[in-house]
Amino acid sequence: MNEITITIDGKEVRTQEGEYILNAARANGIFIPAICYLTRCSPTLACRICLVEADGKQVYACNAKAKNGMNISTTTPTIEAEKRAIMEVYDVNHPLECGVCDQSGECELQNYTLEIGVDSQSYSIKDTHKPAQNWGLIHYDPALCIMCERCITVCKDMIGDSALSTVARGGDPLDAAFKASMPKDAYAMWNKLNKSLIAPNGGDTLDCTNCGECTSVCPVGALVSSDYQYTSNAWEHTQIPATCAHCSAGCQISYDIKHTSIENPEAKIYRVKNEWNYVSLCGAGRYGYDFENRSVTKDANAFNAAIEAFKNADTISFTSTITNEEALILQKLKEKFGYRLVNNEALALKNFLKHYGAISGQSLYGGDLKKVHNADFVVSIGSALKTDNPNARYAMNNALSMNKGAGLYFHPINDPVITDMSKNVTQVNHAPLMEEAALYWVLDLFGDKSAMPSELSDYLSTFHSMKTVTIQETVDEKVTETVTKKVVNAQTGLEEEVSETVTKTVKKKVSKEVEVDTNGLLDYLNAPTGFSDTLTKYLAKKENFALMVGADLYTHPNAANCARLVALIEKYTKFSVTMIPNLANTLGVALLCDLDSGVGTRTIGYNTSGDFTLSALGDGDLDMPSLNQQEGTLTSINKRVNPTNAAVPFGGYTLNDVASALGLKASLTIEYTAQLPVDAGFKGLEFDALPNYYTNAGEEIRGYLLDSHTIEMSEDQSVQPFDTKGAMSGTMIYRANPVMQFSPFTARAHQLRESGGLYVSLEMMSAYGLSGEDTVRVTTTKGEVVVPVINDSKIKGEIGYLPTFDLKINSGAVLGDYRFSNVTIEKV
Amino acid sequence: MHSEPLNDRNVSSNSTYYYVDIEEYPTQGWDKFKRVIKRTFKGELFVGLWVVLREMIKFDIHTVQYPKEKLPIGPRYRAVHKLLRLWESGYERCIGCGLCEKICISDCIRMDTKIDENSRKEVTEYSINLGRCIFCGYCAEVCPELAIVHGQRYENGSEQRAHFVIKDDMLTPLDLLTSGQQAEYPGFGSITPNESVKKTPLAY
Repeated sequence: MNEITITIDGKEVRTQEGEYILNAARANGIFIPAICYLTRCSPTLACRICLVEADGKQVYACNAKAKNGMNISTTTPTIEAEKRAIMEVYDVNHPLECGVCDQSGECELQNYTLEIGVDSQSYSIKDTHKPAQNWGLIHYDPALCIMCERCITVCKDMIGDSALSTVARGGDPLDAAFKASMPKDAYAMWNKLNKSLIAPNGGDTLDCTNCGECTSVCPVGALVSSDYQYTSNAWEHTQIPATCAHCSAGCQISYDIKHTSIENPEAKIYRVKNEWNYVSLCGAGRYGYDFENRSVTKDANAFNAAIEAFKNADTISFTSTITNEEALILQKLKEKFGYRLVNNEALALKNFLKHYGAISGQSLYGGDLKKVHNADFVVSIGSALKTDNPNARYAMNNALSMNKGAGLYFHPINDPVITDMSKNVTQVNHAPLMEEAALYWVLDLFGDKSAMPSELSDYLSTFHSMKTVTIQETVDEKVTETVTKKVVNAQTGLEEEVSETVTKTVKKKVSKEVEVDTNGLLDYLNAPTGFSDTLTKYLAKKENFALMVGADLYTHPNAANCARLVALIEKYTKFSVTMIPNLANTLGVALLCDLDSGVGTRTIGYNTSGDFTLSALGDGDLDMPSLNQQEGTLTSINKRVNPTNAAVPFGGYTLNDVASALGLKASLTIEYTAQLPVDAGFKGLEFDALPNYYTNAGEEIRGYLLDSHTIEMSEDQSVQPFDTKGAMSGTMIYRANPVMQFSPFTARAHQLRESGGLYVSLEMMSAYGLSGEDTVRVTTTKGEVVVPVINDSKIKGEIGYLPTFDLKINSGAVLGDYRFSNVTIEKV
Repeated sequence: MHSEPLNDRNVSSNSTYYYVDIEEYPTQGWDKFKRVIKRTFKGELFVGLWVVLREMIKFDIHTVQYPKEKLPIGPRYRAVHKLLRLWESGYERCIGCGLCEKICISDCIRMDTKIDENSRKEVTEYSINLGRCIFCGYCAEVCPELAIVHGQRYENGSEQRAHFVIKDDMLTPLDLLTSGQQAEYPGFGSITPNESVKKTPLAY
């Protein structure tokens, strides 16, 4: 990428070669109207309003790339006439219900109509009847839709569901007279608009992962949240900048708050908004906002009991849905009183990072989701991407669709959502415990064999064998034939026989024996047939490689070996490596706390069970604020420390109050922000100094990035061979949550309230003779649970999963540390 | 409009301003003494007393016997708000757009809205804190539906500073509507014919 200079309206602008003119202008504060364009997605060219003149030629700023020395003017009389006509067309038959529309002034149609100064209408067409449709969480009013197709674009290029498309609108064609009288682009835009409407691909219902990003990008009030509809106006909300508390992606969101009702002045969260040009949310982030611990007052008795419990306890067991500051408080309590800190899920990541660091020499992995967005070859190993971290899935999909990329998804459970992302993605559904084979395969295919240790390259070569295979090939063969033809002699008029030599090319199928290099690792991974051919196709012209690894590896019995392999991949291949932490602050907890592996005799549970329970879920012995009720920082997958603010008030005691009573003095929890340890990568900045916004150029100015510092590296780069016979088989279940659920907190939100069960695919149902009404007993060596059977249409294959979000299902009682477990399932 | 005479503050002989003929104030002690004597014995006091006596005998009383009687109020008077109904259907005119709530400079209007069974926006409750309201009339002016207007009820004393009117207090009762007693509001914010409005073309 070269930096170039272009001139827009006389202003010199520095930008990258190949950047769209629109983005260059936006990054430099020059306004070009655009309705259908979404940053990070492909130009739709539906609105045509971003017309500019570049070197004397009219182009669309959203899809014309900047060239060095280009001279661009954003206004000429023709362009002005086009823009005016385009906005007039958008206003034709648009319902005058702005007073009740949920967009309530945050409307791009309204803004551009006023900006361009439309004060009269020249065009008309007979309106069609377009009744509003309810798609569950989403409400679509086609009468308000201006067919910018942003919803379709974001769903395809960013989310990867491709759940929306255009359908025929019906109604009259445009009056032919307009073609001659109207500006050209405005007519073309209208002609297209007048023919189509948005509809779900699945017919009347929306078949998707319910991220609601389409409602977020809608410039008008056509797509809105059904729950929010008509409850409030946009201007009444106070926007609380925050960080989503559900998964490790750490998406920037704003909680829109207002008084609950006329009678109740207490703040309530009405909806969540996001900067959709730069960050895309999932359904849990968008709809799972009201998980706060409500109506809590200061209960002095419970508080004293808590202090007493802390004095007697020897263990604090907690989950990763806490802020960095709280994690630091727990660590300080440990240092002062010698508690055991127990959080197995964060401990797994901590150990994984430690073993990774032994080879890589870095305390943190090198990649982040931005690198995945920019990659053109993405590999995911050991993570159920769709539900573990939706943003990682969006990044992969975005890379596949925007960078002409290809991707590989190694996971035992087949996920049709991943398949539907692109035709250049292949799923390798290996057996559980074979994750190491996948890592070895990556090392083998992409690793620099000359640089890596010889034992490793020798070991990798043992999987290669030359095999003789018979392949069918089509060969062009030249055939020379002598043909006898009957020709009428022109002179005599009689038929004569003439011999002619003709050469023809004939396609012929030939069986051929060829020596091919086969990789035995692919057999261990159950790679689909023809995988190596597909791969050759995928790997053509690829430059940026990204690998994402997930919790299947951290909990793997040979996690240490997996970590070392991941480090070797980062060292000897071109892959950037991103590790997906499980929960909102798993990475922060792993960096801040010295975690222990076993509980003692008397346990304090924080958001988890214990002899004395502190809980933000409202079910504990002492109520704690949930993550939307407190300020603090969360550490994301992108190694960024993001600030979050309290959206709704909390009337009870906080962990800091408990710690203060125990002798750690701080009046506010955020006083610990500046004390976050520098040697763990934190910067020691005050909470109030942390910014939380995106610039117009899309630059993320949020909190700060963790420093990855070099740690002592051992010379030993050895890795153990994997157990080729170790593949798990039989009846297996996985530990995962369904779409839109991450923890008991998401299940508390009123739009996401549901109860869990054993989630199974249709194949598994028929294989085990189960139906949706059944209840089953799931038994392992550890224990058993009795749960209802729930069909999940977004998985395939014969491995089901048990969730952790539903506290009524004690999945910890049956499942081991590794995410897959062998079970027996029987109907009850 | 016609503010020119008022803006001309150049007081001169040819302007409409003139000096009132005021006697010089006495400055010397003797002159002051003379003015006291003159005022004491001139009998001006009895002029006033005579007027009172005369009116008392005539029994022609001009005092308004409030609260038994009340003066008529101009149509533009801005007293306690009313919410009007549509003449044809009897539905509430208020569509719940929230503009009154937004424009209110003393922040005394609140409304609760939801989606009703006909997928329309329904105003479930509406309140005005009269203790904060300064009766500026912006709410009535901004209302796009002529739904909230100022009525003539100015008696809104209360025992507490904060006191509220809610939707039921302000909405025209249905019986008054059917008997034609809902007065259309001619005052501040009502429709004024405007020639600058351009007609939108229709295809049918």
